[in-house]
Amino acid sequence: MSVEAIGELREPVRRAVYEYAVSQDEPVGRDEVASACGIGRTLAAFHLDRLATAGLLDVSFGRRSGRTGPGAGRPAKLYRRSATDHEVSLPPRRYLAVAELLAETVERAAADEKLFAVARDRGRSAGLAAAALREGDADRAGSDAAAGIVEVLAGQGYEPQRRDDSIVLRNCPFHALARDYPPLVCGMNLALLEGLLDGLSASRGADLGERSSDGLGGSPAVPRIAPTGTNCCVVIDLASKNNHD
Amino acid sequence: MTDHHLAQLNVALPREPLDTPEMAGFMTRLEEINALADAAPGFVWRLVDDGGSDATALRPYGPDVMVNMSVWESVETLYDYMYRTAHLDLLRRRREWFSHDGLGAHSVLWWVPAGTIPTLKEARDRLDLLAERGPTAEAFTFQQRFAAPGSSD
Repeated sequence: MSVEAIGELREPVRRAVYEYAVSQDEPVGRDEVASACGIGRTLAAFHLDRLATAGLLDVSFGRRSGRTGPGAGRPAKLYRRSATDHEVSLPPRRYLAVAELLAETVERAAADEKLFAVARDRGRSAGLAAAALREGDADRAGSDAAAGIVEVLAGQGYEPQRRDDSIVLRNCPFHALARDYPPLVCGMNLALLEGLLDGLSASRGADLGERSSDGLGGSPAVPRIAPTGTNCCVVIDLASKNNHD
Repeated sequence: MTDHHLAQLNVALPREPLDTPEMAGFMTRLEEINALADAAPGFVWRLVDDGGSDATALRPYGPDVMVNMSVWESVETLYDYMYRTAHLDLLRRRREWFSHDGLGAHSVLWWVPAGTIPTLKEARDRLDLLAERGPTAEAFTFQQRFAAPGSSD
């Protein structure tokens, strides 16, 4: 099933339609997709419906303009990312089954803090490695710290979006586990991100110092638990004046 | 609409007396977190002591065992309060403040007829039932949920 679904994404225009639809906070309509992707409305509708049939998008109906009553027209067909995970592994692997066993074990052993410590270490190593890569890349070495954080988090599947004073993570990479073991897995995720940002900033001392002297103080990026129901449970604050702790 | 509400009981052993600095991270946020519950969608009732604000002084199951009991309109509304509000941040740090050593099951869910409030005796029986038989329609967990009696979902 998932092989067929993922196969639908081989067609480049359909892929672009999919990428656009899943990057939006609200469900998208055909007109919006057509103009965003530079294609006709009929073609947009064709691809959106193919993606829905394949199980990659979920469909709902609603009025987009707030019009009601007679004359408001039929409710528009709207599309958003499917709530179903699609995964293909060749040969078959069952890592989620292992993760669930391990999570249950940590839960029963009340060893949350050991998991958080490991996550913080691993996150820091990943952050240091990513920072080293960026510093070796002349095009990126000069960019600001937040842009670097967004790029690294994007590479890890968080789908980060930069807002004025924060980075919002639109996707939880640990969704199924976080749903069943929220304190454990969201706590692990927070520790991973704390470590990652720590590692990233450790080798960006100059950048940090600059921000500190601007009166922003300390680390410019602080993750905290702020669950919303749709995004990842962690938000990254970009200026210390906005820390709620 | 279901004619049943969801009841929840948690028990825990505080690691230190509640007035010590070690417990301050928990105690100082209690009022805020309880207010969040009272205002949360689906909230019906929660256990409070004679002082009337929370259940921290109650020890119905033994001198060291703290309890936390509440009633909600559905499993989903309780889940959303517990895991999709600031409450999650306290839960993340639960091991700093509480242990469950020797308690067996420490968290149980069950259905009560809407409009009724469970007794502490009944709650204790549900917890024991979960410990003895694992999740059943009479005593269950978030991971293994059971539909309310008479409902189709």
